[in-house]
Amino acid sequence: MKREDIIKPENKVYSRPRLLDGNVMHYCPGCSHGVVHKLVAEVIDELGLEADAIGIAPVGCAVFAYNYIDCDWVEAAHGRAPALATAVSRLHPEKVVFTYQGDGDLAAIGSAETIHACTRGENIVIIMINNGIYGMTGGQMSPCTLEGAKTATTPYGRRADLNGFPLRVGNVVSLLDGTCYVTRQAVHTPAAVRKAKAALKKAFLNARAKKGTSFVEVVATCSSGWKMSPEKSNKWMAENMFAHYPLGDLKDTTVEKPAE
Amino acid sequence: MAKIQGAVTIERERCKGCDLCVVACPCGVLALQPKEVNDRGYHFAYPANEEACIGCAACALVCPDACIEVYKVIEK
Repeated sequence: MKREDIIKPENKVYSRPRLLDGNVMHYCPGCSHGVVHKLVAEVIDELGLEADAIGIAPVGCAVFAYNYIDCDWVEAAHGRAPALATAVSRLHPEKVVFTYQGDGDLAAIGSAETIHACTRGENIVIIMINNGIYGMTGGQMSPCTLEGAKTATTPYGRRADLNGFPLRVGNVVSLLDGTCYVTRQAVHTPAAVRKAKAALKKAFLNARAKKGTSFVEVVATCSSGWKMSPEKSNKWMAENMFAHYPLGDLKDTTVEKPAE
Repeated sequence: MAKIQGAVTIERERCKGCDLCVVACPCGVLALQPKEVNDRGYHFAYPANEEACIGCAACALVCPDACIEVYKVIEK
């Protein structure tokens, strides 16, 4: 069969998400942000939330998220996305509000906003991209940087006695009563991408059903910040990041437990 | 046995040559252009061994720039 016979609209099994704008993303080659943007666009489209989803863009690499996903967006001050999401979701209870943040934005300057939005159980989705580095500003140490990882501000590796231990934000918010669904995913293989999409879909459904705060942490790569090729970054992440940030659901109050 | 044949299209100008699709492909279909570059200067991916494609969409799933579209035909 010739290539021309296969490439026909009726044979299409995977197409570019409809809600991704035509703009070429500014992210570095191989950046996990692109994959997560794609998944968010697919989930919003599949749930029919095109007119009802309001995203809160962070400060960091994903600051231009509003240029890429075709829904309504608000740009928050650094780390304040969950606070802004609280306001938007309370003023527009019929809308589905989500924030999209990196670990420097959410876990460092925005830790208070994150924790209190989760404690209040706001009906929002918090998407956290955890790549353990401040990618946009040149690769400084973030709260989630692994011990021993070399960054611009820890050139000899992060030391627990000097810089503290890496913060597991997912585990922290899973202890708060307001969260209904806390999960940690990755997007380094096709199987992981499918799982991450299912997790995002569940989170958006929880927000629509007003079940509480859903927190989706995506362990991601920053090949520029880590100074590796995208392929090697994925390997390094699987070998090192997953040991400290194990993947899987940390909390899910939406499924009923079987009676004992 | 039904034979599955797939094909991929890659938007050349959107590709950043990150190599993730090449690694994800289970059939060794894709490769990066060894010499040619796109307008942005990246060695973009292309289907070098297109007869081997089974249309599994693994490349498209991991592509961060959403530049891959996948087609599949099942011959009976």
